[in-house]
Amino acid sequence: MAFLETLINGISLGSIYAVIALGYTLVYGIAKMLNFAHGDVIMVGGYAVFTAMVTWNWSPWLAMLFAIVVCTLLGITIEKVAYKPLRKASSLSVLITAIGVSYFLQNMALLIFKEKPKVFTSVVNIPKISLFDGKVVIKGETTAAIITSVVIVVALSIFINHTQKGRAMLAVSEDKDAAQLMGINVNSTISLTFAIGSGLAAVAGMLLCSSYPTLTNTTGAMPGIKAFVAAVFGGIGSIPGAMIGGILIGVIEILGRAYISPQLADAIVFAVLILVLMIKPTGILGKKINEKV
Amino acid sequence: MKLAKKIMALSLAAVMAGSCLTACGDSSKADGKGGDENTLVIGGSGPLTGDAAQYGVGVKNAAQLAVDEINDAGGVNGVKFKLVFEDDEADKGDKAVNAYNALKDKGMQVMLGTVTTGSCLAVIDKTKQDNVFQITPSASAQDVIKNDNTFQICFTDPNQGKASADYIAQNNIAKKIAVIYDSSDAYSSGIFNTFKSEASEKGLEIVAEQSFTSDSKTDFSAQITAAKNADAELLFLPIYYQQASLILAQCKSAGFAPKFFGCDGLDGILDVDNFDKSLAEGVMLLTPFAADASDDATQKFVKAYKEKYNNETPNQFAADAYDGIKIIAKLVEKEGIKGNMSTSDICDKLKKAISSDDFSYDGLTGVNMKWGADGAVSKNPKAVVIKDGAYSALDK
Amino acid sequence: MKKKIKPMTKKSFITYGLVLIAFVAVEILISTGNISSMLKGLLVPICVYSILAVSLNLTVGILGELSLGQAGFMCIGAYSSAIFSNMVKETITEPMIRFPLAILVGGIFAALFGIIIGIPVLRLRGDYLAIVTLAFGEIIKNVFAALYIGYDSAGLHISLKSQGDLGLAPDGKMIINGALGISGTPNDSTFEIAAVILFITLIIAYNFVNSRTGRAVMSIRDNRIAAESVGLNITKYKLMTFALTAFLAGVAGVLYSHNFYSLQASKFDYNLSILVLVFVVLGGIGNIRGSVIAAIILTMLPELLRSINNYRMLMYAIVLIVMMICTSNETIRSFFVRNIEKFKGLFKKNKAQSDVVKEGE
Repeated sequence: MAFLETLINGISLGSIYAVIALGYTLVYGIAKMLNFAHGDVIMVGGYAVFTAMVTWNWSPWLAMLFAIVVCTLLGITIEKVAYKPLRKASSLSVLITAIGVSYFLQNMALLIFKEKPKVFTSVVNIPKISLFDGKVVIKGETTAAIITSVVIVVALSIFINHTQKGRAMLAVSEDKDAAQLMGINVNSTISLTFAIGSGLAAVAGMLLCSSYPTLTNTTGAMPGIKAFVAAVFGGIGSIPGAMIGGILIGVIEILGRAYISPQLADAIVFAVLILVLMIKPTGILGKKINEKV
Repeated sequence: MKLAKKIMALSLAAVMAGSCLTACGDSSKADGKGGDENTLVIGGSGPLTGDAAQYGVGVKNAAQLAVDEINDAGGVNGVKFKLVFEDDEADKGDKAVNAYNALKDKGMQVMLGTVTTGSCLAVIDKTKQDNVFQITPSASAQDVIKNDNTFQICFTDPNQGKASADYIAQNNIAKKIAVIYDSSDAYSSGIFNTFKSEASEKGLEIVAEQSFTSDSKTDFSAQITAAKNADAELLFLPIYYQQASLILAQCKSAGFAPKFFGCDGLDGILDVDNFDKSLAEGVMLLTPFAADASDDATQKFVKAYKEKYNNETPNQFAADAYDGIKIIAKLVEKEGIKGNMSTSDICDKLKKAISSDDFSYDGLTGVNMKWGADGAVSKNPKAVVIKDGAYSALDK
Repeated sequence: MKKKIKPMTKKSFITYGLVLIAFVAVEILISTGNISSMLKGLLVPICVYSILAVSLNLTVGILGELSLGQAGFMCIGAYSSAIFSNMVKETITEPMIRFPLAILVGGIFAALFGIIIGIPVLRLRGDYLAIVTLAFGEIIKNVFAALYIGYDSAGLHISLKSQGDLGLAPDGKMIINGALGISGTPNDSTFEIAAVILFITLIIAYNFVNSRTGRAVMSIRDNRIAAESVGLNITKYKLMTFALTAFLAGVAGVLYSHNFYSLQASKFDYNLSILVLVFVVLGGIGNIRGSVIAAIILTMLPELLRSINNYRMLMYAIVLIVMMICTSNETIRSFFVRNIEKFKGLFKKNKAQSDVVKEGE
């Protein structure tokens, strides 16, 4: 019974990682950059919901919508101001700029929302499910996280494979120059990618803060890194891969903490990652890189 | 095409060299020889940015409040205090030392700090070398006070662990105890270690020993499940309140309702924005300070703090810092310290005065506080319980 | 016929010269008492970060692989040497003997781990390699943070759980106390020693780049398949470079740990690795002098921004973004270059053109 409960806890954490990892993987797949500021957009999403719900007393649905709008606009702005001028620069330069953006967001949040942590009011209104006479409890937040992540994966897959904008994204991810020649507006496609990625970050922020209701300016940092690991784990650039990677990382982390050692749970997660990459060097669902001679 | 880069670097370097020189220019007091007769510079160091910012900001605010009160009353023997405060980001190495050096450059003569244990350990040998009188509001590890110039206002960690175990055993609160502590934190693991040994001596049984680290401090489901399955009657939480508030919420949703017992780190839990106070109902904690205690001193302090700082409620760190400044003031008065004495002389006088038998201080965080030459404070922890969303004293 | 100095040799000598001048200048400032405590305290960390930046630049710039685990090697160097110094500080009291030994211990341990980690890691490419180095760095940090080592009359006790778990006799002494780390390490690092080691690091780096091995490594970076086809042993060269950079990072760790009373593993997290990467990228990938300059500037920047209090770290972030955009954006860069050309043209009309060509790489 305890094992089942632990497993469910792991899947719950994993689904949140999955939603964050989706944002990473989407941006990486199309813009070919590691957006280190993604975790901090999550934090902004959390604060947006908090402000709307607690300070302005909006309804949860309105607050969620507000957060998604805020994060989407933020994502587009960041892309325009910080990443677009570097479109032709090396990917490392963009990585460093992303780190700069991450510092910027964290410190801006510190100035605006101050240093004291806020307690987040859960936006989830799903009753908890009790199994085996209350021995195993599935929280409403868990149900919400799992359903949301599945819905997002399905929706994203349909969007990318079956709409014109989505196929434009695929084309840009394959070959930017060729896509341009085919009449695709690369810049607006990349902006769209950032908009979707940041909107997902807002959703991830809500799920994260609903399950673990504390909010500070560094809330997004560690989940961001773990989700990044999850994205690589599943094969970066692959949407189902991000989902699988996220869930696995969550489950391994929680099981490791429960049955091996709480201090070493993170080390175990990373060790499993290394093992997987040794066997499959591009992640579980990653594409094989063909070498040109 | 590295030219542009070079120009950037050179211009930046020039700006820096310039600012360095100006910094040198006004560091007349950095040599520790003392300055203006009627101004004593107190340096504070703590995290103002990053994860631990809330502790540093509380200390800074309260210290400033105390300094203003002293100055408004005309200073101590005519000597006015000046507080300079630097951000150490709760770093455990170079940045903590940088903050300390910045304070030195600003002419610090007495040090209030640092706020966190890790930073404190990084600077204690520097303050010893420079012979600066150092009193820390909240760095509670035993190692912090290994030098003779460093004193604590908070309890040393092992004392808290022992006191908690004693209290639980004496009052028969529970027999089967689960612990969740932060193994990456000096404060938390310090309390846990002594709690564990004292508990076994007092016949308490620790049925689950769970920890977490600063990298994974949001999800406690594994630890709570373990405690629940071990049928613990009491959950001991020698941790800070943010994690505790998460644990309380997660216990509730996991359907686990033991008694909760914590230490001074839990103080502040009721003031977290938007916290559901009913979660903390019945939580017991040992703390030297409670913001809604009814004594005059506390009420006056809390009122003044709220007025000055945007209606924020001060936490225990702030109270420790306020006491710290007032303790320094009392020592300065007793020894007749003037601002033009050298830092080292001030240190020698103050450290003798604070550990002398006839010195004691009644403050927000304890009455009849006394110090030994080892730097540890002796005061009595108060046990409080959270009732109807407020602290009330637990009678012994 | 004028004797031509190789451009690379010239470059390295300019760097040595600059470091020497900076060193002498600082020494003069110290001896005349004109240095602020802040700057004095920053001297050793600046050397440490410079060494780290140079070592990472060998991985990123010369080997062409992104590593995010430099802090892990630094951690190993710092811990192993701190353990060593703490064990022998009663027997070897002379720091001039103890410290060089500690440096060797730290460097060699880090290099050993570099090889152990390098064997699996170097099979991967690009971002996958980066994430695995990050993973190794985090594992090293987490393991050290959970490690308790103590010794008493019965010998060495090791535990991964808690201090109480060690079962140390009352006369026992803790060496590593879990997350609290190691305390009591003798403060053997001085600015002079750190500067000498930085100098040696630079000599090693420049000579490595100019050596046969260095050229082989760069050819692997530029075209792996071509390099393989002319019979270069790729794994060997990659491992050698990796071990060398790990060694240097380890040495930086030794300097670091012997500069402070206490040492805690949490310092060596991925943020530190990323910080060093920032130095490397901002200083110019493959540009060793640039790494040192960037490390110096970016280490001092947050300290010099202290006067603006709460806006300090925000300003740091903005400067970082602006610097990155200014140095990497084509339009802005060519704007700078054009104006500098004009500016230079005012002074020496004839030389300007050739100078710009020479600077360009």
